Amino acid sequence: MGRVWSILFLCVPILGVWIFVAAMNDWWPMSGGAYAFGPGQWFPALDVSEHVIDHLFYLILSLTGIVFIGTGLALFWFLWRYDAATNKDPVVFSHGSHALEVIWSIVPAVALLFIAIYQMDAWANARMRRPTTADGAAKPPLCRVSGRQFEWRIQYPGEDGRFDTPDDLHVLNDLHVPVDEEVVIEIESMDVLHSFFLPNMRVKQDVVPGMRQYVWFHPVKEGVSDIVCAELCGWGHYKMRGQITVDSAAEYDRWYSAAYAEQETSEFVPSEGEE
Amino acid sequence: MSTTTIDSHTQAANSEMSIGHFLSTYVFSRDHKVIGIQFLFSTLIWFVVGGLLALGIRWQLAWPWSNMPVIGNMLFSAEGGQISPEFYTVLVTMHATVMIFLVIIPILAGAFGNFLIPLMIGADDMAFPTLNMLSYWFMWPAFICFGAAFFCDGHGAAAGWTSYPPLSAMTTAAPGSGDAQTFWLLGVTFVGVSSMLGSVNYMTTIIQMRAPGMTMFRLPLTIWGMFITALLQAFALPVLTAAGFMLLADRLFGTGFFLPEALSVNNSPMASGGGQPLLWQHLFWFYSHPAVYIMILPAMGMVSDILACFARKPIFGYKPMVYSICGIAGLGFIVWGHHMFVSGMNPGLGMTFMVATMMIALPSAVKTFNWLGTVYGGQVQFTTPMLFALSFVSMFVIGGLSGIFMAATPVDIVIHDTYFIVAHFHYVLFCGTAMAVFGSIYFWFPKMFGRMMNETWGKIHFTLTFIFMNGTFFTMHILGAGGFPRRLADPYHYPTFSHMLTMNQFMTVCAIGMVAVQVIFAINFFYSLFWGPKAGRNPWHANGLEWQAPSPPGHGNFDFQPIVYRGPYEYGSPETDEDYYPQTMPPKNERPEPA
Ligand code: HEM
Ligand SMILES: [Cu+2]
Ligand SMILES: [Cu+2]
Repeated sequence: MGRVWSILFLCVPILGVWIFVAAMNDWWPMSGGAYAFGPGQWFPALDVSEHVIDHLFYLILSLTGIVFIGTGLALFWFLWRYDAATNKDPVVFSHGSHALEVIWSIVPAVALLFIAIYQMDAWANARMRRPTTADGAAKPPLCRVSGRQFEWRIQYPGEDGRFDTPDDLHVLNDLHVPVDEEVVIEIESMDVLHSFFLPNMRVKQDVVPGMRQYVWFHPVKEGVSDIVCAELCGWGHYKMRGQITVDSAAEYDRWYSAAYAEQETSEFVPSEGEE
Repeated sequence: MSTTTIDSHTQAANSEMSIGHFLSTYVFSRDHKVIGIQFLFSTLIWFVVGGLLALGIRWQLAWPWSNMPVIGNMLFSAEGGQISPEFYTVLVTMHATVMIFLVIIPILAGAFGNFLIPLMIGADDMAFPTLNMLSYWFMWPAFICFGAAFFCDGHGAAAGWTSYPPLSAMTTAAPGSGDAQTFWLLGVTFVGVSSMLGSVNYMTTIIQMRAPGMTMFRLPLTIWGMFITALLQAFALPVLTAAGFMLLADRLFGTGFFLPEALSVNNSPMASGGGQPLLWQHLFWFYSHPAVYIMILPAMGMVSDILACFARKPIFGYKPMVYSICGIAGLGFIVWGHHMFVSGMNPGLGMTFMVATMMIALPSAVKTFNWLGTVYGGQVQFTTPMLFALSFVSMFVIGGLSGIFMAATPVDIVIHDTYFIVAHFHYVLFCGTAMAVFGSIYFWFPKMFGRMMNETWGKIHFTLTFIFMNGTFFTMHILGAGGFPRRLADPYHYPTFSHMLTMNQFMTVCAIGMVAVQVIFAINFFYSLFWGPKAGRNPWHANGLEWQAPSPPGHGNFDFQPIVYRGPYEYGSPETDEDYYPQTMPPKNERPEPA
């Protein structure tokens, strides 16, 4: 019976690796078409500039993958080899080994520190180094996104570049950004916590009432994708869906003027209390 | 003549006493073993509740907005037999709350901690038996509060098990934000009181009541796990309790600890202000991060004991194991911020938390390698407890490694609040801790009840659980990497995730299978309780003190004064002819020759 059990445990690394490889290469029988798990990729498609986060994910996946396979095979082999039913050798009466403890503390410590230091720059770029304009000042936000149960209110500052002036453009759940440009967005909440999540842009930031925050990303491909709310915000959390469209510069301007013209004719002005 | 009079007299006295006697022996018992078993039964019942709630979640994710067969019409007649989005948020909240606060924490500390600590250290009971009894009875207000939450408006709390304000602070935010949320907070507080009472008791007992010869470094790792867990509880729980009272005050008395100025929720403006929602997150995780170690350290200890026993050789690296338990606990206090990388907390702070979190992976790695070292060169006996313990090791590797992805701050930006997280904590808590708990039940059942559980059915239970469990939880990693968010009643509403429906159906089928096979366990458990073969004192030929006591141990535990000569893991020692060497057996040269 020991053989059966060792093989059951061997299935863990084998199937585990298979599932990851299959998902990455889209052989996964349940991926239901190539929308996101397109050929050769499994993250949501339409990526930001440099794929840093995907790259980091793969780096960690390969390091942890080695450990996963290594420990899985070791466990399998020990169970196979040292099954009491077949192994007649006396047990190795050992209370441990100082040298081994040192090795298997230092090696993972080095690997973990490597990961920690290696990814700090990506974190700083994503969170601390806000894009600047040519003269070195912090780049002003393209628009402001406010989370509200259960919708995303989007406000563009208009010609004067200032929010809350009469030339602002207000749209609901429909964010447009120009391609090939660092986009900075100001986010805030009008009621509870939400989380502004753009899976395709690798952007996520909780939207905290009472705080004003900035997120930025660099879209490189035109296309349409989802704005998701990733923080439980009440019963309608699931339907707090917006849409982000990456436009060419010309198309972006065309959309902006059209939306603005429509707003002026339809006289949609949000009531004061809801700002 | 006179003898009969005396007899009938005592008999009368007995029957008069019997209700009081019954109550004091089985209900309001001060005996740590009875209290442990009371905890065991209560938590197993809540385990069933939690499991059924999980199936509700899974049903919705596989067949959203469809009528549930049979029970749908009974439960949700107003919605025509389907789960409403309101109730879905209740399901995720209550499932997690029940599993964490009413199952995993009390089953480890309350059931196994109580039962095993005095037996394993050679004491006749806990240091404070009355306090111990209270620690169980303070669970009842908690049970009642959580139960009552289901019958309030909204049918349960709905702000997530993390209960982040403002959602949890405002009585108007959602259908479950009224009394249900208040009951939820009270329930958590009562669980906290129970744990506090337990933890003082465990610390004192382990420090004060050890049998002669039982030095700290001769303690079984189970006891080390329980001891450090008790310390964690003593230091972290007051913070949660304080935070809970602040949140209650925000809700009931209009204070504004967690509420900023000028909020308007659900179209009703909030008067209070001046607070910070992030404050709750810091306080909550300051407890709840250590709490995840409270949910794993005792399990690690129990698994170590089972592994050594059925590998028939000493635990590899006993002292490094102890030090890594302490290391995990110490570091556990400075990593809470890794739950908050995208919360709006200062990103510079994120870097500090990230490095600390990376370092906590180290002691866990050391433990894993030591478990492998324990199996290496042994005589492995594949009993049911051993299979569960091995699966703990195998699954904990997955849960531990996926933690590294989340510790890497930029990667966490993507996977935070997705199914990657759900995969991670289920690998640690279900595939890890819950498996260790099953293993421990099979292992210590003969000591608890004096009878053996059925091995064949145990193995069938193990195999099916193991397969279905991985089917349910492993694919969650793939969903998570694809960005699939947690807590969404209908993720397919988003084109980005709509293709993941089939995968979710696969997982739901596995989850139903997994819950269903627990019936095998339940039958085996209750059948063995009454009709299982009688177990001797030491059916597994194990070394620990608990195996030298009668099965089940009587009042006062030991029928002799245990004296400890060595550590608990001397299996296969060349000093003796047996392959085990009980802690109480005197060394050969001190042993009297058999006459
Ligand atoms: C029958 C076994 C189980 C199944 C099928 C199951 C299923 C699930 C599912 C599908 C979720 C996701 C909810 C969401 O959308 O966020 C979830 C959440 C969760 N589960 Fe389980 N679970 C099981 C057992 C356990 C156990 C034993 C624990 C023990 C601690 C646990 C703890 C949690 C926690 C903490 C959450 C987070 C809920 C939240 O706040 O989003 N589960 N579970
Ligand atoms: Cu939201
Ligand atoms: Cu939301």
